Amino acid sequence: MIHVHLTRHLFAFFPQLEGRALEVDATSVAGAVAELEKLAPGIGFYICDERGRLRPHVNVFIGNAMVKDRRTLSDAIAPGDKLSILQALSGG
Amino acid sequence: MTTVWVATRKGTFRVEKQGGKWTAKLAGHAGTGVNYVARDPGSGRLWALLGHGHWGAKLSVSDDGGTTWRDNAAQVKFPDGARYFGQDMFEDSSSDFGVGWRNVTRKATLQKLWTIAFGGDGTIWIGTIPGGLFSSRDGGASFELNRPLWNHESRGGDLFNGEGTGETKWFGTPASEGGEFAPGIHSVVVDPRDPRRVLIAISTAGVLETRDGGETWRSRNRGMTMDHNPDPEAEWGHDPHIIDLCGSNPDHVWQQNHTGVFYSSNGAELWRKVSVPEVGVHFGFPVSADDKDGRVAWLVPGRADNQRTAIDGGLFVARTDDGGATWRQLRKGLPQECAWDIVYRHALDNRDGLVVFGSTTGNLYLSEDRGETWTTVSHNLPPIYSVRFG
Repeated sequence: MIHVHLTRHLFAFFPQLEGRALEVDATSVAGAVAELEKLAPGIGFYICDERGRLRPHVNVFIGNAMVKDRRTLSDAIAPGDKLSILQALSGG
Repeated sequence: MTTVWVATRKGTFRVEKQGGKWTAKLAGHAGTGVNYVARDPGSGRLWALLGHGHWGAKLSVSDDGGTTWRDNAAQVKFPDGARYFGQDMFEDSSSDFGVGWRNVTRKATLQKLWTIAFGGDGTIWIGTIPGGLFSSRDGGASFELNRPLWNHESRGGDLFNGEGTGETKWFGTPASEGGEFAPGIHSVVVDPRDPRRVLIAISTAGVLETRDGGETWRSRNRGMTMDHNPDPEAEWGHDPHIIDLCGSNPDHVWQQNHTGVFYSSNGAELWRKVSVPEVGVHFGFPVSADDKDGRVAWLVPGRADNQRTAIDGGLFVARTDDGGATWRQLRKGLPQECAWDIVYRHALDNRDGLVVFGSTTGNLYLSEDRGETWTTVSHNLPPIYSVRFG
């Protein structure tokens, strides 16, 4: 299973995900986002645009490494990985 | 009870008269950018057009008068294959500036939800950046891109099934939330007599009309003039800031344009410039047409496009009662010293003698006598994007 860590900002829109251990079964980042969509319908469109690309000010990490493929989210993930979905800090 | 819905950079506010005083209260979306809030008069549902920044544009709805909100189950999304013409900057050593521009096609993704309108037949229309018009004919259960407009020859033709004409006559607006200079549909007005007749306005292209519910579109820019184009009467290239029509006499249409105030008494078949710069009526963003008398309209003028402030530090509303032949400056109750407010295109509305407007400085003013006198509702709201009775 993949352990998913979400920025608390997303809990404002998806309170059903707050305070629970999020684990999904997936082999790619895109697959993990698809699994999250099943748990919280609509969340995929918060993380990605309608073409499936990561939104410009959203960052996804596998462990401590930022994903490389922001266009199709094809980076591979393996059981035990921690996937972090965070908002980018853009100043201010 | 009369309610004004106020959309701001930091949330949705509800304004109502309580104990003889107009009062604003937070009604949701705290901290979130809200471009527009309006009530569907048919269903009673409230619709808010949000811009989350990091998380994109979202449709939010309320069925309990703004007490609770939820994301609409169907969101506005561009279909796969939707593309549009844009321009990219590139390094060009032959240019004095070191950069050049080249035409490109881009995949369309939603950048901004800008306006929503409700037809008498239940159709919900939504105008967006980058220049997509969406409609729902199932009460908001699904939204569909209007392809005849998206593929319009003026836009550059059909890019779903080819490379189109290779050029576009639709240009951009800086109002995009993504930073891109892309076209935006900020005005959708539906004829109360015939919901299949709809006028839309685009920054920057002009006004288009459909009379068949969106199956075909034609330009409605005759009589318009520009001062930012070598051909001032060109069919395209206009920058309408907003259009509005008279509900009970929809052939009377008003337009605050970048280049002046225009009025049509024949359904936008022919526009006539009615600016009177001597009384400050020329530049600005909003216009609001009276619902009963098509010759009556309100504006909040600003000082020229290179300043975009209230004129000379004194805020006033201008009203005409005679189709723009004459204008009156209405200042009573509005600040006349060191007031530099600018009022955005959706931030002025009127209903049954009430007139309301809000500025990006967070000031909200309301009149109960058609603008003759004004009362301050708040000086401390976030920057105001839209005000709508409903």
